[in-house]
Amino acid sequence: MAVMTYLEAGRRAVIEEMQRDTSVWALGEDLGRGGVFGQYKGLQEMFGADRIADTPISEACIMGAAVGAAMTGTRPIVEMRFSDFALCAVDELVNQAAKARFMFGGQMRVPMVVREPVGMWRSSAAQHSQSLESWYTHIPGLVVVAPATPADNLGLLKSAIRNDDPVVYLEHKNLWPLEGEIPEQEHLVPLGKADLAHAGGDVTMVTWSGMRHGCLRVAEQLAAEGIGVEVIDLRTLWPWDRDTVFASVERTGRLLVVHEAVAVSGFGAEIAASVAEALHHRLKAPVRRLGAPRIPIAYAPPMEDQARVSDDSIAAAVRGMLEPAAVS
Amino acid sequence: MQDVIAEGRHHNLDRDRFLGRLALMHRIRAFEEEAIAAQKDGLVLGAIHPSIGQEAVAAGVCANLEPADLMLSTHRGHGHTLAKGADPLAMMRELFGRAGGTCGGKGGSMHIADFGVGMLGANGVVGANIPIAAGAAHAQKLQGSRQITVCIFGDGAVNRGPFLEGLNWARVFDLPVLFVCEDNGFSATTRTREMTGGEGAAARAESLGLEAQEVDGNDVVAVDAAARAAIDAIRAGQGPRFLTCHTYRMTGHTAVDPATYRPAQEVDEWRGNCPIARLEVALRLAGESDARLSALQAQESGAMAAIAQAARDTGWPEATGAFTDVQDIGDPRERAF
Ligand SMILES: Cc1ncc(C[n+]2csc(CCOP(=O)(O)OP(=O)(O)O)c2C)c(N)n1
Ligand SMILES: [Mg+2]
Repeated sequence: MAVMTYLEAGRRAVIEEMQRDTSVWALGEDLGRGGVFGQYKGLQEMFGADRIADTPISEACIMGAAVGAAMTGTRPIVEMRFSDFALCAVDELVNQAAKARFMFGGQMRVPMVVREPVGMWRSSAAQHSQSLESWYTHIPGLVVVAPATPADNLGLLKSAIRNDDPVVYLEHKNLWPLEGEIPEQEHLVPLGKADLAHAGGDVTMVTWSGMRHGCLRVAEQLAAEGIGVEVIDLRTLWPWDRDTVFASVERTGRLLVVHEAVAVSGFGAEIAASVAEALHHRLKAPVRRLGAPRIPIAYAPPMEDQARVSDDSIAAAVRGMLEPAAVS
Repeated sequence: MQDVIAEGRHHNLDRDRFLGRLALMHRIRAFEEEAIAAQKDGLVLGAIHPSIGQEAVAAGVCANLEPADLMLSTHRGHGHTLAKGADPLAMMRELFGRAGGTCGGKGGSMHIADFGVGMLGANGVVGANIPIAAGAAHAQKLQGSRQITVCIFGDGAVNRGPFLEGLNWARVFDLPVLFVCEDNGFSATTRTREMTGGEGAAARAESLGLEAQEVDGNDVVAVDAAARAAIDAIRAGQGPRFLTCHTYRMTGHTAVDPATYRPAQEVDEWRGNCPIARLEVALRLAGESDARLSALQAQESGAMAAIAQAARDTGWPEATGAFTDVQDIGDPRERAF
C-alpha cells in the first residue's frame, strides 16, 4: 500500500491506461501545463503533445471531436475542467455520444471518458460549484461515475477508460488533496459496484462523492451512541448497485439518501422511489432524502453554507427516523 | 524617430481628458493591488483574475460610454466595471463576500454586475457574454434607443462557438454593439496564438462583415481614439464594429497563479510597456508636472486603501439571502421532503 492523494490517483490511472493501450489519449484546455488542478502534470512530457492534447477554449468541439475520434478507433479522455463548462457541450454529449451506438444500430461504440470536476469548493459561486449528476443519470447511453476516495479514483477511472460506452466521470474538487491508501499493484474497481463503507444495523445511508465523508463522520459519531448506520457509497450512479442497497435496507428497514446536489429531482429521488417500490413492506420508517435546497450556490460563506448538507442535519435525520413517531 | 512622432502627438494631447483617464487607470491598478493583498490575507475568498497591465483597455473603451450605454465583461472584469462607473467599495465588499457588495455577496469577483451603471455582468463562462451582448443591443434597436452596447472578451473567447454566432447575429440584425477583444496573449496557461487558426479575432470579425480595427492596447491614447471613433459610428446607426486591443497581463491568470509558463524576460519587457507609465510620459511631454502626476496617484491609492479598510470592517451578509431572488414562484427552501 502507498499513500496517495485523490488527484494523484487519477493521474496514475491515466498514466497506467495510456501505457497499457496506445489508443487512449486525452484532450482539453491547458493540459500541456498539467490542467487547471495539476491532474495531468508532466503527462505531455511523458506521452507527447499528440496524446496529451492542448485544445482551444472550444468545449463543443472538444466533446464533439472526442465523439468522432471514439467512433473511429481511439479512446479519448475529455477534460472539461469544471463540470459547469460541460454545459457548453451538452448537444455533443447527450444527442451525439450517448445515442450514436443505438441510433446507428450498434455499428460502433463511443468509448470515451468525460472528466468533469464537480461540487462546492469554497466561494466558487454559482457557475463553478454545481453537482449535476442527475442530469446524466437521466440520459440513456451514459455511464455515470462519482468516486470519493483516492483508491476508487484510481480503480474507477481505469475501469471507465476501459469501458466501451461513454462515461461521465465526476471528480469532486474538494477531494483533490484527500490522501488515502492505494494498492501498489494494478487496481481496478468494477463499474456498478457500491462500496460498503461502514457497517450498521439501524439505518441504511446511501451516498456518493464528497458526501461519503460527512456520512462516515456521522456514522462514527452515532456508533458511539449505539446507533448503527450502514454507509453505502454508490461510486457508480448509473448503473447503480441495487443489490447492495436493497440487501442493506432489507436488514435495517430504513433508508436515508444523502447527496450534495439539489434535492429536488436529485438522484436520491430515484433510489428512494426504487426502495419504496421494491421494499415497501420491509420499511420501518418513511424513506428520507437529504440534499441542497433549490438555490444557486452563493459566493459569501454564510449563504454558501445554506447549500451544504451539514453533519448535524444528517445526524438529525437519522435520529428522526429512529423515533417511534416516525413509524406510522 | 518614433519618439519624435510621439512627442509631436503629445503636444496636442487633451490634458484634462487624459488626466481623467490616468486617474481611472490608477484607480483600477490600486483596486487590484488591494484585492491581491487582501487575498493573501484570506479576505478575498474566491478566485480573482487581475487586469494589471491591461488598464488602458478599460480606460480607453469604457470611459467613452454614456452612463446609459451597456457593457458586458469577463472573469477579468474589475477594470471594465470600475471604468463604467461602479462603486469600488461595493465591488471590494463583493470580493470579500460582505454585506453591501455589488451583488450582495452572492456573486464574487467573477459575477460582478451593476445594472445601475449599465454594467450587465462579468461572466464565469468564457464567451457567454457575446450572445447576451447581441441580445442587449437587439433590445436597444427594438426600443429605438440611442444607447449602444459594448462587449469585452479575451482572445481565448474567439475560439468558442458563441463568438461566431454572436458576431454574425449582430451583423445580420445590424445592431448597435462594439465587440472588444482584449488580447493579452494568453488563455489561462496557454498561448492563444498556438490554439487559433488564421489571422485571429479581427480577421474573423471582418469575414463576418464587421468593420474591425487593431490597436496597441497599452496606449490609452490610441485605444481611446479607436474606441471613440467606433462608438460614434455605432451611435450614428452604422451597425456593429470590432476592436482588438493588444496587451499583456502582468500577473498570473489568477492572483495565485505563479505563471511559470512564460519567461521572466518577456514579463520584464512588458513591464517596461506599462500603460500607466506610458501615459505619464505623454502627459509630462505635454507639460504636466511630476508633482501633479504623483499627487494623482497618491490620491487614488490612498482612497483605495481606505476602501479596502472599509470593506474589511463590513460584516457578513445575512445567511437568509441564500434563499432570496431565486425565482418568484416555488419555495427555494424546498429540499424535497
Ligand atoms: C466555457 C469556458 N471554458 C473554460 C473556462 C475556464 N477559463 C476561465 S478563464 C480562461 C481563459 C480565458 O482566456 P481569455 O478569453 O483570453 O481571457 P483572459 O483570461 O486572458 O482575460 C479559461 C479557459 C471558462 N471559464 N469557460
Ligand atoms: Mg487572454
